[in-house]
Amino acid sequence: MEVLLLSIKEQLVALFPAVLQPLAGHLLSITPVLGVFAGCFALTTVLERKALGRIQNRFGPNRVGPAGLLQPVADGLKMIFKEDIVPLKADRTVHFLAPVLLATTALLVFSVIPFGQAPDGRHLVPVDLEVGLIFFFAVGSLAELAVFMAGWSSRNKYAMLGAMRAIAQMISYEAPMLLSVLTVVLISGSLSLVDIVGTQAGGFWHWHVLTPWGAAAFLLFLTAALAESNRSPFDIPEAESEIIAGHMIEYSGFKYALFFLAEYLGLFAMTSLAVTLFLGGFHPPIPQLAFVPGPIWFFGKFVVIIAFFIWIRGTLPRLRMDQLLQLAWKFMLPMAVVLLIVAAAWHRISLTWGPVFGWLFCSPPVIMAYLMLGRGGAGKKGGPRVYRYVN
Amino acid sequence: MIGSGIVKGMAQTAKNFAGTYIAPRKYLVTVEYPEERLPAKENARNFPFLVFDGDDPEAGLRCVACRICEKECPPQCIYIEKDKEKKPDYVGKMQFQPSVFDIDISVCMSCQICVEVCPFDAIRMDTEFELSNPDRFGGLLLDKRRLAKSNEYCAEIHPEETEQTEARRAEDVRKAVAKKQARQQAASSD
Repeated sequence: MEVLLLSIKEQLVALFPAVLQPLAGHLLSITPVLGVFAGCFALTTVLERKALGRIQNRFGPNRVGPAGLLQPVADGLKMIFKEDIVPLKADRTVHFLAPVLLATTALLVFSVIPFGQAPDGRHLVPVDLEVGLIFFFAVGSLAELAVFMAGWSSRNKYAMLGAMRAIAQMISYEAPMLLSVLTVVLISGSLSLVDIVGTQAGGFWHWHVLTPWGAAAFLLFLTAALAESNRSPFDIPEAESEIIAGHMIEYSGFKYALFFLAEYLGLFAMTSLAVTLFLGGFHPPIPQLAFVPGPIWFFGKFVVIIAFFIWIRGTLPRLRMDQLLQLAWKFMLPMAVVLLIVAAAWHRISLTWGPVFGWLFCSPPVIMAYLMLGRGGAGKKGGPRVYRYVN
Repeated sequence: MIGSGIVKGMAQTAKNFAGTYIAPRKYLVTVEYPEERLPAKENARNFPFLVFDGDDPEAGLRCVACRICEKECPPQCIYIEKDKEKKPDYVGKMQFQPSVFDIDISVCMSCQICVEVCPFDAIRMDTEFELSNPDRFGGLLLDKRRLAKSNEYCAEIHPEETEQTEARRAEDVRKAVAKKQARQQAASSD
């Protein structure tokens, strides 16, 4: 499959004059990424609603098309034909640019994710950057700017509040997220996502998630990814019951759809990164299964994590602002720092004495840190919260 | 331990999710309304209708145009005109009948007072609720023809209430017959 895709691309590129060939090559790489993830977005919206419905003992959408699967078509049509309203006092240019910038950044980050590898060693990756990870986070953090642009330019109190909350949350969670990712960089010794995936080849026992530091870093990363993509339980920037839609309040029609799309694409990007960094990317769990193409493995793991995110959304209530910041700064950040040290120790120990000793020496500090930091996060008294007037 | 609550909650939602596939009757409580309906309840009520006995809604109408309901109706949504002709009622007594009986269900507040004051059991509450209509004046002003519904229908929607009514009416008929016989005997003995 990878060979087929790559050769199709080469043959198509060869049709162009030599001057245009690099441009055509990039455009041809972008098109499938755009198509596949936009399709994923449409499918995820309806499957998420159905899964949430099942969690809440109802059917979910089941009216449009077979089993409600054509719901995104109906939603899309509705969004496109809605009137595009811009507030009179809004900053029109910035108001227009915010969704565009958000969607652009959400799409740009996919350019460094490897989706597969041909047998001759070429990777199915739009751009193989040496500093892919840095690029990912540098572009990804532009989303904060876009969110603030949207909140600021709308001239609306709720939008402003939402944007301020979003900034506080995103900046807080960016720190533990980067630190948890650094553990992987420390072990694999590269910032290129292609190389990081390469170190996890040859079976699931090479995946980073199956190490004491990797498992913890994976969970930290998933938590931070939820917060970065403004999803429940970290959806306070757009908390419907508090500030209606946060920074998106003054957007309607297609611009709102763009925000929605960008939010999901951001989530997909984070999920793709989690798959790439911790779950072995496109590599099969055992080498004998290598005949199944890499993209299928990649999207299999991708779907599992997305399903997990939907499950979390259906379970956990929204955090309060102080709880949110407490979790980021008092629990996740120290935890990530501990993991960084543990990962360094693991590298040393498992190189000299093997992974069994690595587990023996590295899991106690992770568990200890978890328990101790968890107590700190539970408040001064340390026990569960008592509600005086309720009980 | 921190995080145990999250695990517990996740297990609960997973149970709900899986339960909708394994035991949909227990977990999927939604009644898909236009296709499925819940069984009607005995005490359900919406707007009044007029009860008639037998097959002919005109001849069998129980209403005697006494206009008690019209006077009692709090929002005054009932309008009755008395007919000049009389007809025998269930015990054989000659009674008036309404020539016009209108209920404006856009005004009716479903209080059931008309049912409670009616001495002839001629009016009952309906359970029909799909009454949306493009004509908001004429379509919601129900005349005698549209209000008349058979006693069998009444027994179907209010089984217990109808049973009691029927028992009382049968008793009335029995008494009337006994009275008539007593009067006939008294007349023959004179």
